[in-house]
Amino acid sequence: MTTERTKACIIDRVGMERTLARLAAEIVERNRGAGNIALIGIRTRGAPLAHRLAKLISSLEGGKNIPVGILDITLYRDDYLISRKTPKVRATEIPFDIQDRAVVLVDDVLYTGRTVRAAIDAVLDYGRPDRIQLAVLVDRGGREMPVAGDFVGKKLVTSPGEEVRVHLEEVDGRDEVIIVELSSESA
Amino acid sequence: MSPHNKIDLEPPVLTHLLGLDGVPEPVITEILDTAENFLAVLERPIPKVPSLRGVTVANLFFENSTRTRISFELAEKRLSADTINFSTSGSSVAKGETLLDTVKNIEAMKVDVVVMRHWAAGSSKFLADRIDAKVVNAGDGTHEHPTQGLLDMLTIRRKLGALKGLKVLILGDIAHSRVARSNIFGLLNCGAEVKVCGPATLIPREAESLGVEVIPDLDEGLKWCNVVNVLRLQLERMSQGLIPSLRDYQRRYGLTRLRLEKAAKDIVVMHPGPMNRGVEIDSNVADGPWSVILSQVKHGVAVRMAALFLISGREKDEG
Amino acid sequence: MSNFRINLQQTGWHCLTDERIAFIGARLIDPQINLDAVQDIIIESGRIAHIGKFPANWQGERIKAAGNIICPGFFDMHTHLREPGFEHKESVLSGCLAAAAGGFTGVACMPNTDPAIDTPGIVQFIRQQAEGQPVEVHPVAAVTKGRKGEVLSEMVELAECGVTAFSDDGSPVASAGLMRRAMEYAKMLKAVIIEHCEEPTLTANGVMHEGAFSTRLGLPGWPSVGEELAVQRNISLAGYTGGRLHIAHISTRAGAELVRRAKQEGMNITAEVTPQHLTLTCEMLTGYDSDFKVNPPLRETEDCEILLQALADGVIDCIATDHAPHTDDEKAVEFIRAPFGMLGLETALGVIYTKLVLSGKLSLTRFIDAMSVKPRQILNLPAATIAVGAPANLTIFDPNLKWTVDRNKMNSKSHNTPFHSWELTGRAVGVVNRGIVWMIKQALLCYPEQSEVSRPLFQMSASLRSA
Ligand SMILES: [Zn+2]
Repeated sequence: MTTERTKACIIDRVGMERTLARLAAEIVERNRGAGNIALIGIRTRGAPLAHRLAKLISSLEGGKNIPVGILDITLYRDDYLISRKTPKVRATEIPFDIQDRAVVLVDDVLYTGRTVRAAIDAVLDYGRPDRIQLAVLVDRGGREMPVAGDFVGKKLVTSPGEEVRVHLEEVDGRDEVIIVELSSESA
Repeated sequence: MSPHNKIDLEPPVLTHLLGLDGVPEPVITEILDTAENFLAVLERPIPKVPSLRGVTVANLFFENSTRTRISFELAEKRLSADTINFSTSGSSVAKGETLLDTVKNIEAMKVDVVVMRHWAAGSSKFLADRIDAKVVNAGDGTHEHPTQGLLDMLTIRRKLGALKGLKVLILGDIAHSRVARSNIFGLLNCGAEVKVCGPATLIPREAESLGVEVIPDLDEGLKWCNVVNVLRLQLERMSQGLIPSLRDYQRRYGLTRLRLEKAAKDIVVMHPGPMNRGVEIDSNVADGPWSVILSQVKHGVAVRMAALFLISGREKDEG
Repeated sequence: MSNFRINLQQTGWHCLTDERIAFIGARLIDPQINLDAVQDIIIESGRIAHIGKFPANWQGERIKAAGNIICPGFFDMHTHLREPGFEHKESVLSGCLAAAAGGFTGVACMPNTDPAIDTPGIVQFIRQQAEGQPVEVHPVAAVTKGRKGEVLSEMVELAECGVTAFSDDGSPVASAGLMRRAMEYAKMLKAVIIEHCEEPTLTANGVMHEGAFSTRLGLPGWPSVGEELAVQRNISLAGYTGGRLHIAHISTRAGAELVRRAKQEGMNITAEVTPQHLTLTCEMLTGYDSDFKVNPPLRETEDCEILLQALADGVIDCIATDHAPHTDDEKAVEFIRAPFGMLGLETALGVIYTKLVLSGKLSLTRFIDAMSVKPRQILNLPAATIAVGAPANLTIFDPNLKWTVDRNKMNSKSHNTPFHSWELTGRAVGVVNRGIVWMIKQALLCYPEQSEVSRPLFQMSASLRSA
């Protein structure tokens, strides 16, 4: 029996707005404008984050339309054949040509780096972008691959017994990032 | 429910794909949904995913079928699996080696999945009971051809929306058709209505025990259905004395433009191929506006990718 | 003989060769003389020496048998012993062992051997193989030479060497004209023709009963009408020629009805049914398990019920096993390719007793009548009776013994039983015939501490070995 307990709230609703605004500004700044940017959100919670960032970037850049795609990485996972359960394959929607674009991958939490590795492979099967960058709301450490975020909302140090939970209005009905403590004591 | 497939309902799991008999709707829907995503993969500049890297698939064809074999091979390559092919039309059998020995030999080369086409009904079940690799039935005698059934269902679903409540007419040699059986089982499990039409000598006496109605008159069947799935007529049925001649068959059961126009409604026409043009189906029907025959071929690759992908991700005998 | 004894001991049997044996307190049943009583029975020099209260001063081996039933020895009139030619499946000796384990003291073996049983030499050879065993083996000779369905076998010579029945079993005599002549010729010899009733043009390629399940499984069907037509043809020919017809392993309700009607009309025909056709149905083939592949095929529940009714009321005369051994290798092929046939000798008693007698569908006396009395009558063999002075030809079975069928623990050389893992009640504990008493060690160990009347059998066997 696994029980969990909320340990701390890292980002609240207001904090989320502020963080995303900063990330949007950093993305524009690093890419010297939004001219060539496309955002690709990694399912599940990367997708709404990508849409929010696109809206923020667009307003920074005078209403310019920023292309947004959604990426499902199930087919690129490296643990597919060894995991005990099969995740559902869902649609990938990249309705634009990524050739020579600055693709910004968007995800909620950066942890082992395996998801990002899979996402890079997936993106490359759609064409050859000019560069790929990574934007994440939370970097919780614990990397198993040489991957780093280009745009990071908040850096945390967590232990393996803890989990970072991102809740988003579009998926969960509220905006917050919390740390929960997992313990496997029997009830 | 038939014991052919080991199924756990929560969540639905398919460890082998031996047939659609007894496979519940959620499992079929999962395969079809997954296939839709593979259709999208097939449209990309690089139509290939690394999902089955390191997985070895053996395609064992004990009966000729270029189309099905190519479709499976392509599906395997699109998934980055390694493939080996074994085809025979009785040669190793002539040498006295049994099916079990042949397959055990191939399995010893560390094969994870066996895709098998065989002339004997029940042979894929026979294998699944005896080897460690996962088994996908690519057609076993006159029993089932589940990936064909699934690709037909995907084609219907993409063309007409949900399967539930649709009226599907299967036309031709029902008695000897694995395609008919897989379609019947799959469609009924998904809530469609199925009727079968054909000469009495090619309709099993107990066809209705499968849950379908027999409708002897083709025009009446066309008036009833949304989809007509035309089966291939094997020419050997004549030498077996089941039909007097192709001409005689064609007069009553050949699907012609005239019949479709007389029905005066939208009907989707399918055929699993290869076609005997001018016998069970006329060219102007096969190539006409009713036909979705070429989409069936495209959907075949996606459905086979989905089936291979889904069964590869599961431990055998996982509870 | 010594060979056989070693076999039996290895598989848990003990041979008692004492001249004088007494069974104390068993229930003796012999439908032929309306005997059903708990009595002691004494066997001396192979004959029944005494029935009734046990004499106080009697000297000899005593076996306490309370709770057991002793009846005239079971006889299986339809067994495939596979020798000569197919000794990898079964031999006369291994078949005798299986028969004894199943409680049979006699079998009639079918001629589909290689060469077929169609000359006196082969008949003698088979009998010799069974010499000294507690199981008599009566070869059924082929109707036609080589079972080819072309010319009659030399029936006169075969009858002179003791053959009382002819059959091409394994296949039917396809030609009606030839069957007419066979019946006429056999009639002259007072022999019976045992016919496997199958109209081959209707059953070609059929591997299972034609119906809902063959449709679902995509397997070629063997329709009931294929038996019905053949039964009708043979009844008509028997009526026309006056020959003696016995219908083998009848499997369909239509077939049973034809036999009923013919008997009502006073015709002298007989029929047998197998345990599998009484208790198994085609539904059991959904796993494509070739151990369930048999000819004629397993039918539907309704067929089982009508066959049972016909057996209970005597329309079907007897139970026969159609014991048909095949090796696992032969069976482990595509279902369509697998040979027809299933084991029967070792499970017949338990299956029929559990499923039909215990459930009240078949009376105990009719069961014994169908297992031992009727088959001997049909084959014109001397009756086995429980009477003082008669040769001791007995089956001893425990109607309460519970056991589980295990395909890997068969006395037969083969394992192809469809009853694997069935939990049965009722099992043979011994047979007596030809002056030999064979007892199952395992079964008798269920009765410990009965030293007052009899010593435990394993000790007895030790003393035999040292003697
Ligand atoms: Zn037979």
